[in-house]
Amino acid sequence: MPKKSSAEGKLFNMKPTDAPAAPKKRTRETAETMATKQKDIAVSEFFAKNRHLLGFDNPRKALLTTVKEAVDNSLDACEEAGILPNVTVVIEDLQPDRPANAKQSRYRVTVVDNGPGIVRKQVENVFGRLLFGSKFHRLKMSRGQQGIGISAAGMYGLITTGKPMVIHTRPSSKKPAHHIELAMNTKTNRAEVTVDDETPDFPPTRLKSINPGTRDPGFLHSEDYETGTSVSIELEGLYRKGRGSVDEFLELTAIANPHARITFVPATRISADDQDDTPPKKSPIPNEPTDPASLPTTDHGPLTTDSSLDATLATTEKDGVILFPRGTDTLPPETQEIQPHPKGIELGILIQMMRDFEDANKDGGTLFNFLQEKFSRISPAKASDFCKAIGAHSRTKVSDLDPAQVEKLFKEFQESKLPPPPTDCLAPIGVRQMLAGMLKGVKAEFYAASSREPDVYRGRPFQIETAIAFGGELPTEDTARVIRFANRVPLLFQPSACSSIKAVTETGWRNYNLSQPRGSLPVGPIVIMIHMASVWVPFTSESKEAIADYDEIRKEMKLALMECGRKLGTYLRKRQKMQRESARRDVFERYIGEISKAINAINGTDTKKLYDALLSEARKRTAIADAQLDEEGKTIKKDENEDLKNDEGVVLVESRAAHLNEPAAEAEASTPAESEGDTVPLTKKKSPKTKKGKSEKDDELF
Amino acid sequence: MAKQRKTDSQSQAQADKINKRVKERDKSTLGRIITLADGVSKSAFAGKDINIAIPTRTRANTLWNKKRGILEMGDASASRELFNLNQAKQFMQTCLHGTSIKELIEAEKTLSLRGMFYKALHTIQGTKGEKTFAAQDESDGILEDLEVSLGALREELHVYAKKRGTMVGNITIVDSGDEIDCRRMGSGGYAVPSITEPDVIQFKKCEAKFVLHVEKDTVWGRFNEDRFWEKHNCILTEGSGQPPRGMRRLLRRLNEELKLPIYCLLDCDPWGHYIYSVIKQGSISLAFESERLAIPEAKFLGVRAKDYEDCDLTDDVQIELNDNDKKRAREIIAYPWFKDHKGWQKEIGKMMSNGFKMEVESLITKDISYVTEEYVPERLKKKDWLD
Repeated sequence: MPKKSSAEGKLFNMKPTDAPAAPKKRTRETAETMATKQKDIAVSEFFAKNRHLLGFDNPRKALLTTVKEAVDNSLDACEEAGILPNVTVVIEDLQPDRPANAKQSRYRVTVVDNGPGIVRKQVENVFGRLLFGSKFHRLKMSRGQQGIGISAAGMYGLITTGKPMVIHTRPSSKKPAHHIELAMNTKTNRAEVTVDDETPDFPPTRLKSINPGTRDPGFLHSEDYETGTSVSIELEGLYRKGRGSVDEFLELTAIANPHARITFVPATRISADDQDDTPPKKSPIPNEPTDPASLPTTDHGPLTTDSSLDATLATTEKDGVILFPRGTDTLPPETQEIQPHPKGIELGILIQMMRDFEDANKDGGTLFNFLQEKFSRISPAKASDFCKAIGAHSRTKVSDLDPAQVEKLFKEFQESKLPPPPTDCLAPIGVRQMLAGMLKGVKAEFYAASSREPDVYRGRPFQIETAIAFGGELPTEDTARVIRFANRVPLLFQPSACSSIKAVTETGWRNYNLSQPRGSLPVGPIVIMIHMASVWVPFTSESKEAIADYDEIRKEMKLALMECGRKLGTYLRKRQKMQRESARRDVFERYIGEISKAINAINGTDTKKLYDALLSEARKRTAIADAQLDEEGKTIKKDENEDLKNDEGVVLVESRAAHLNEPAAEAEASTPAESEGDTVPLTKKKSPKTKKGKSEKDDELF
Repeated sequence: MAKQRKTDSQSQAQADKINKRVKERDKSTLGRIITLADGVSKSAFAGKDINIAIPTRTRANTLWNKKRGILEMGDASASRELFNLNQAKQFMQTCLHGTSIKELIEAEKTLSLRGMFYKALHTIQGTKGEKTFAAQDESDGILEDLEVSLGALREELHVYAKKRGTMVGNITIVDSGDEIDCRRMGSGGYAVPSITEPDVIQFKKCEAKFVLHVEKDTVWGRFNEDRFWEKHNCILTEGSGQPPRGMRRLLRRLNEELKLPIYCLLDCDPWGHYIYSVIKQGSISLAFESERLAIPEAKFLGVRAKDYEDCDLTDDVQIELNDNDKKRAREIIAYPWFKDHKGWQKEIGKMMSNGFKMEVESLITKDISYVTEEYVPERLKKKDWLD
C-alpha cells in the first residue's frame, strides 16, 4: 500500500516520513543526529550514481544510448508535428590520436532533426531535468516513455567530460535559432544555462566540415531542416561496430521507420575489439559498395512484383556518410491518447488516481464522474453498477470512500465484463511500411509481412507485427537474425530475455521448409522482424532492452510469425519446384552435347546443328512438361503463386532469387555490365553464381 | 605346346574365306550402327521423338519354343527415349558405345568389357565432374542393350568378355591361325577364349566320341589327371560354374558340327540344374543368342538325387538345402521346359524330399578316382541320364 506522497508527487522522493527510533545501545547515533543527515535525494543524483539503470553501463553502450535517446526524441517530435523526419547523427572523434587499444575515448554526438523545435522557455526543462516530459503521464504510443533519456545522456556527458550540452533549436523557420548551452545541476535537478543567445546558423555549419562526405551540399541541407533541433553532447564513450552498435541501431531504426531519412556520420576511428567483447558483426546486412556508380538512381526499372515499393532503394555509404533513404512518404497514423482501462491498473495506481481527482476537483468529485472521466470503456450504466457494487451511490464523493471500498472497487474491476480498450491509440507500422523498411534495409529475395489485430494484456492494448526477409544475399548457414522493435525502437540487448525470441523459437519453422534445431531459432538466410506497438510496452528493465514474456503477447507474436511463415512456405515450395524444373532442363541439356558428338562420330552429322536441334527440342519438351505436372505427379495449384503475387503482404525481388531458369550458357553470354543484377527483372537471366545447391538435386533424378 | 603356323595352301584359302566373311560381317554391323545414328539425327531435325528400340531381356519376354527345345526372345521391345528424365543418361551412354564400336570395327581391334568401359569414360562437358559411366556394370548393361538392339553379337561388336573355361581331349583345333593339339595340354588344359566363332576357332582333327562337361575345374582336374579323356576317347571341358558364352558356343559347335553328344556332370543342387538348363535351352538374359548357344541334346549325367542311396554315400556328404535353394528349386521345377518332363519333376522332387544337396566331389568319399573309374563309365554304359 503506498503511503500518501508529498505534494510534488514525484516518484523518487525518498524522504522517510517516519524515521524509526534507533535502539539506544552504544550511543553512536540518535534519531536526532540521524535526522540531520536524512535529506531529499534528487532524482538526478540518484541516477548519476546508478547510471547502469538507464543504459550507461559501459562506454560503448553509453554512446549508443546517447544516440538512441536523441534519435527517439527526434522521431517522436517530427511525427507529432506531422513532419517527415530528416535526422542526421554525427559522431565526432575528439581524441583521434589515442592509442588503438584505449578502453574509451571522447566523442561529441550531435543529432539534428527537422522537428518542430522547442520554445525557448522549455529548453531547460526538456534537456535539463530528469523525469520531465510529455509522455509519462499519458497512455499514448510513443518511443520514449519516462522522460529520462536525453537529459540523462546530457548528465552522463557532463559527469564524464564536464562539458555542457549544446542545443540549437529553431521553432520557426522565419526566426533565428536559439543557441543554448546547459549543464545539469545534479543536486537540484535543474539545468544551469551557461550560454543563451540567438544564431541564424541552423543547422550548424560546423558539422559540414567533418569529412569529405559532409562537405557535400546535400548534407544537412538547410532546406531539409527549416525548423528543428540539434543537440550536441560530449561524452566518454567507445565507438565500435557490430552487435549493439550505433550502426546497428540506426540500421534497424531505418527498417522500422521507413518514413524517416537518416544520415549518419560515424566516428573516423573505430576502436579495436577487446577479446572479451561482443562477437564481431555477422555481416547482417551487407552495405552497398562505396563505388558511386552503384548508388541507386531513379532510372532503374521496377524491380519488385509491385510498383508501390522500390527495391532499388538501399542504404548507401559514400565518403564517410551513411545514408538510410526514406522508403515511404506516409507518416505513421496519428495516435490518440487514451484513459487507462480498468483492468490494466493496480490498486496503488487507483488510489493515486483518486487522490489526483480529488485535488483536481475542488468541490470533491463524485465516484460516478471519476469512473466516467478517468477510465476508458466504462459506460454510464457500468459506472452505476460499480458504485452500487461497493455500497456507494453515484453521488458519493471519491474522498468519502474508505480503503475497504476502494479495494472492493479494484476487485470489481477485475471481475466485471468490459469491452477491451480502444485501439486507436496504436500506430502499427503497417504491412506495406514494414515491407518498405525491410526492402531497403535487407537484401533478400522474398519479403512477407503481417499485422495482427490489436489485443490486450493487463488492460493495455497492444498490437504485434512481423515481417520476414528470406534468401538473396543473406548468409545461408547462419542462425536466423531476429530484429526486435517496441514502438519502432530497436531492441539490441538481452535477446534471450525477450518474449519475441521465445515466440520465434516456439514457432514450427520446419513446417515452412526451414531447418530448425530443436528448441532453437531457425537456420537459414532469413531475417525475422517483430514489432510490438503498445501504449505501454512491458520492458523487463528500465533500460528497455527486452519485452516481458506475457502469454498474450507471445501468443500474438507466434500467430503473426505463422502467418509470415505460411507465405514463406508457399514461396519456398514454389522455388523448390522451379529448381527441380531447371534441374530437369539440366538433365537433357547436360547430355545432348555428348550425344551430338557421338552421333557426329558415327554418321558425320554436323555437331552444332544437331546440338541446336536437340536443344530446342529439349526446351520444347520441358515447357510441355512444365505445363502438365510437377515431378511428384501432383499438379501444383496454379493460383498459389498468383495468391502470393496478389498478397499485399509479400514482395518478391526476383533478381535476387537463386533459381533462374535459363541455361548457364546464356548467362555467360550476358555482359558484365549487367552484373549488378538488381536492375534486371529476373525472369530473363540466370547468373552462374546463383546455381549452388543444384548438384544435390541431380541424384534425385537418377 | 603344339603350336604350328599353318602354311599349306589349303589353310591359306580357308583363312582368306574367313577374312572375307569377317569383313562382310563388320560391314553389316557398321551399317546397323550408322542406321541407328541416322535415326537419331533424322528424328532430331524433324522434331520427332528421339528413341532407340531395345528388345526387352526379361523373363516375360522369353518364349519357350517347345518344338526346337530352346528359349527364344519375344517381340517386346522398350523404347529408350532421350527426352525422358530416367532414360536420358542411358540414351547418351548408348550413343557413346555406338561410337566406340564403330571405331573398333574400323581399327579392326577388339576390347574387353572393361576396356569398353574405360574407352567411353570421361567427364561430361559442362558438368561438375559427372562421369559418363558411374561403374562398369552400367557399361556392360548398355553393351547388351546394343547387342539386341543392333541384332549383332558381342563378338560382332568387337567386344569380348573375360575368358573362362578349359578344354582337353582327343581333338586338334586351330585358334586364330595357331594349331592346338588338345591331347597335349599338360595339367592346365586349353583356355577357351571368349569368342569361339568359326572365324577364330576351326576344328581340324577329332577322334573323340563324346564330350564330358563338368561344372568346375576341381572336378575337371581329377578327370584330367586320370587321363579320362584318353581312356574313354572324349573331350573334357569345364565352365567354372555357369559356362560363359565362349564355352557354350564351343560346346554347341562340337555338338552341331562334329555330332558329338554332350554329357554334363554337375552338382545335385538348384544351381547345377540351372546350369544344365542354360546349356540345354539357353538363358533368359541371352535368349536372343539361344539359337547359336543352346544344345537341346545335352544330357544330365549326374549327380542325381538318387545317388545318395545308389552309391551308398555317407551322411557326411549331405549339405542341407537352405531357404534360398528351396525357393530356387521351386522356380526351376515350374519352368515350362521342366514342367512337362517327368524325369526332371521326379529328380527335383527327390532332391526336395531328401532335403539336402550334393556336390560332385562328394563321390570322392567312396574313393579318390571313384568318379572317373566307376561312376561316369557305369552311367554312360547304362545310359542312365536325364535329357
